[in-house]
Amino acid sequence: MRKIRTPYLLLLPGFAFLFTFFILPIINLAQTSTQTSIAGGDTGQYEQTLRFANYFDAFIENKEQFGRSFLYATLATVLALAIAYPLAYAIAFKSGKYKNVLLVLVVAPFFTSFLLRTIAWKQILGEEGFVVPTLRTFGIISESTTLTSTSFAVVMGMTYNFLPFMTLPLFASIDRIDPRTLEASGDLYANGITTFRKVTLPLSMPGVVAGTLLTFIPAAGDYVNAAILGSPNTKMLGNVIESRYFKVVDYPTAAALSFTLMAAILILVTLYIRKAGTEELV
Amino acid sequence: MVKASIEARGDLRLTRLTKTYGDFTAVDDLSLTIPKGSFFALLGPSGCGKTTTLRMIAGLEEPTAGSIHLGETDITTTKPYQRPINTVFQNYALFPHLTIFENIAFGLRRRGKSDVKEAVEKVLNLVELPHLAQRKPTQLSGGQQQRIALARAIVNRPALLLLDEPLGALDLKLRRQMQIELKWIQKEVGLTFVHVTHDQEEAMTMADTIAVMNEGQIEQMGSPADLYDNPETAYVANFLGQSNLIKGTISGNDGDSQIVDLYGQKISLPKSRSHAVDNSTYAGIRPEKFRISLLETPVKGNVLSGGKIEDVSYIGVSTQYQVEMPWGQELMVFEQNDDGVAPFKKGDAVNISWEPTFTFGLRGDEDATAGSEVAPEVLDEE
Repeated sequence: MRKIRTPYLLLLPGFAFLFTFFILPIINLAQTSTQTSIAGGDTGQYEQTLRFANYFDAFIENKEQFGRSFLYATLATVLALAIAYPLAYAIAFKSGKYKNVLLVLVVAPFFTSFLLRTIAWKQILGEEGFVVPTLRTFGIISESTTLTSTSFAVVMGMTYNFLPFMTLPLFASIDRIDPRTLEASGDLYANGITTFRKVTLPLSMPGVVAGTLLTFIPAAGDYVNAAILGSPNTKMLGNVIESRYFKVVDYPTAAALSFTLMAAILILVTLYIRKAGTEELV
Repeated sequence: MVKASIEARGDLRLTRLTKTYGDFTAVDDLSLTIPKGSFFALLGPSGCGKTTTLRMIAGLEEPTAGSIHLGETDITTTKPYQRPINTVFQNYALFPHLTIFENIAFGLRRRGKSDVKEAVEKVLNLVELPHLAQRKPTQLSGGQQQRIALARAIVNRPALLLLDEPLGALDLKLRRQMQIELKWIQKEVGLTFVHVTHDQEEAMTMADTIAVMNEGQIEQMGSPADLYDNPETAYVANFLGQSNLIKGTISGNDGDSQIVDLYGQKISLPKSRSHAVDNSTYAGIRPEKFRISLLETPVKGNVLSGGKIEDVSYIGVSTQYQVEMPWGQELMVFEQNDDGVAPFKKGDAVNISWEPTFTFGLRGDEDATAGSEVAPEVLDEE
């Protein structure tokens, strides 16, 4: 008897924690999402109804931010992949004895607060930073163009902030590739590009899938980058939810938006894993 | 250009090939011709440069100096994928994400061959694994993976097939079986095989010609029988099988033979098998060439007397003896257990004799232990 009970006892603390801090809030959130304001009541006073139209209203009202969230998250994911893949490849295959040092450097940003690093980007992209004057000198951007408070800045901030989450799974995946399979590919008449397409990339797919998920999911729900580096024109869904909750005290709309965002991410991720997991990736 | 190199055929010619890594010279001014259609083995211990040589032929390493020709075509700097050369890698290096069929078809598809299915099926039949076509490499045993690696290479009908310790990961029984199969397949498909190994028995079983390598250079090259019966250096004598090397002085001539004085006892050595450069020499005799006899038994040929049996190991097919000679050296003797005579006993006083034609002579200034102390069983190190 004791033997059978032990694993459940071990599960208990974790389960209790999840129940209190995840299941209960989710149920509460679901309830809130269908509430309506009390007629003649104060701001922030709601009664429990089953008004599912809240979802529709919230979506219609914020579809622009919805689209923006997924657009920015997609752009940041693609950019992070483009930067992280060569980086992870170089660390795995070309770094020799510096492999561990470079890996530490990849995670080094975590020693500083996420907020601080995002605020630092404001400095980097600001008028006093070196980026804007340099780009202006070379005529890449015009004298009147600024980089802060733009969607460019938001996407850059997101790409930067999520880069380690892309790099680490990619590295783990690429590092596991036996370099002799790459030599074998060359030996069997495949040039560098073909070897990458037919051998390296398929073998690193688990890392690509893990890295893109770890980047895309938090990026789609992110609001810090848009809040610090963006403008009212670059608001993402996260910013809307935040302001509905804390500023407008419109709890039902915020809850409905949260659920819609969760559902959308879940559907996209499921489709993505289906495609990336089963199809012949060549 | 691409076309020309990929169609190249003929003998493989290495000319003054050198590869250095910093201060370390892996391959040192190596020249070698491997005739088309032969089964050639590069034999040597870890770190002798054999794998580096193979990788330069494959195009996976660039020579520091020297050239590689295939027939009339210079392929020294040709990219690996533009060489008509395929490799069976040490740990097979099969593509884990592809089926066995696609693994074998890989090279054919890259060159846009049309009859892929037919060719793959044919080679799968040759290695007797047609039923595994749709499996993934991880679902196969080591021996099966080895055959697939071989099939993946020979399906391309390369001008040259390189085998890098291909049997190293197999157990002994499977290795012996694969040695015979490889030899048979080589005859069957008629390709030039260059086989790198540290296993002298493997090299001798399979190869027409063996080059024994040591410290980046070829120590001696020849047929297995040549190398075994008439080694030119102590290194070859010790690395290929075992040898008894006895210090001596050449004291005179007798027709086609030299008279060699071994600690006061005279023996005869054919001049054609003497590689000494002056009077000092080592007389070499393989352990199985010796005959042991009790003192009263009359014997012919070369005789060394005054031996005492120090150790007897009965190993079924033969008995191995350590015989201590008057000058303190212990000689190794293998006697076949084919005459129904009980083995000699420890402490027996004996004579040792052998046919003079089995003697070989080495330079007297050599290190008699060269090649005997190398640890051959280290894979993956080179």
